[in-house]
Amino acid sequence: MNTWIAVGLTVLGCYAVKLAGLLVPAGAMERPFVRRLAALLPVALLAALTAQQTFADGHALVLDARAAGLGAAAVALILRAPFLLVVAAAVLVTAGVRALGG
Amino acid sequence: MAQQTALTDTTPDSTDKPDAAVVRDALGVGVAVGLSGFAFGVTSAGSGLGLLQTCALSLLVFTGASQFALVGALAAGGNPYTAAAGAFFLGVRNAFYGLRLSQVLALPRAVRPFAAQWVIDETTAVTLAQPTRRTARIGFTVTGLSLYLLWNLTTLLGALGAKAIGDTRAWGLDAAGPAVFLALLAPMLTTATERAVAGLAVLLGLAALPVLPAGVPVLVAALAAPLALLAEGRRGRRTGPTATDAPEHSKGSGEDR
Repeated sequence: MNTWIAVGLTVLGCYAVKLAGLLVPAGAMERPFVRRLAALLPVALLAALTAQQTFADGHALVLDARAAGLGAAAVALILRAPFLLVVAAAVLVTAGVRALGG
Repeated sequence: MAQQTALTDTTPDSTDKPDAAVVRDALGVGVAVGLSGFAFGVTSAGSGLGLLQTCALSLLVFTGASQFALVGALAAGGNPYTAAAGAFFLGVRNAFYGLRLSQVLALPRAVRPFAAQWVIDETTAVTLAQPTRRTARIGFTVTGLSLYLLWNLTTLLGALGAKAIGDTRAWGLDAAGPAVFLALLAPMLTTATERAVAGLAVLLGLAALPVLPAGVPVLVAALAAPLALLAEGRRGRRTGPTATDAPEHSKGSGEDR
């Protein structure tokens, strides 16, 4: 039930902001501070999520195979690999390190 | 995702870009990103969400970062409200994409509620890179349609396949989520401010992780954005504008994408 609440809220919230962008008159959200904040919020959230989902195990911080996978993804990004290849590199290296007992 | 850098301006390189070239670009993005719905399906099912819940997210939320964030937060034991809040804040950027797109596409009001569902990173990147309204509309439609169909199909396959795959960790699939985040983040790190925000958010998020309930540390880390803006404003008054965009010296550039 809790999961359905989360799914429902996310569906409504995410659709509402998408629609708002298309319906709201352009001037309303064009204040520089608001625009900058909107651009920086995803940077903060994505950075924190990347770190947490790489180094978190419940409430503990750990260094395991995922870190190697993320390293591979970072290298792929620097080499300008396409999106799918970046994800694949992370998955394959993580699996490989785990298979080697890491 | 390198296409995102093209968002800084509508590049007027060729105003007579053939439709076929637009379709090819759009399909390239749509297919590549659409296929990664498989990783979402597997991750979501591995996080304990049911098939219906997983597919509902891809059909109705349809913005990958929010979807991965939500299932990650739920898997970590977060309560539904903090989990949804994190997903929502990630989705807010789509409102700003919509602002830009509504000017470029000039959609009839009746179409907007339907087009809204396709207002995401990838469609915005392709659409804003087009030289004319006609090619922008083609780019938006082809990217949106191909990505929507594939993302949902591969989500379904991933969720179904998760059982057959068994332990998703053994296959390294728990690294797919953070890799997606990193791939979305990388093209955003254009100036020192963005990099400072990212660094601060990592520190805040990891420091809060052991002490705060699941889902909350990400929201704490989001504070890095307003903090950096305040610091930037203060520094901007002292040293004048650099690559930043403080209120007093707005360049009106599209670096917010």
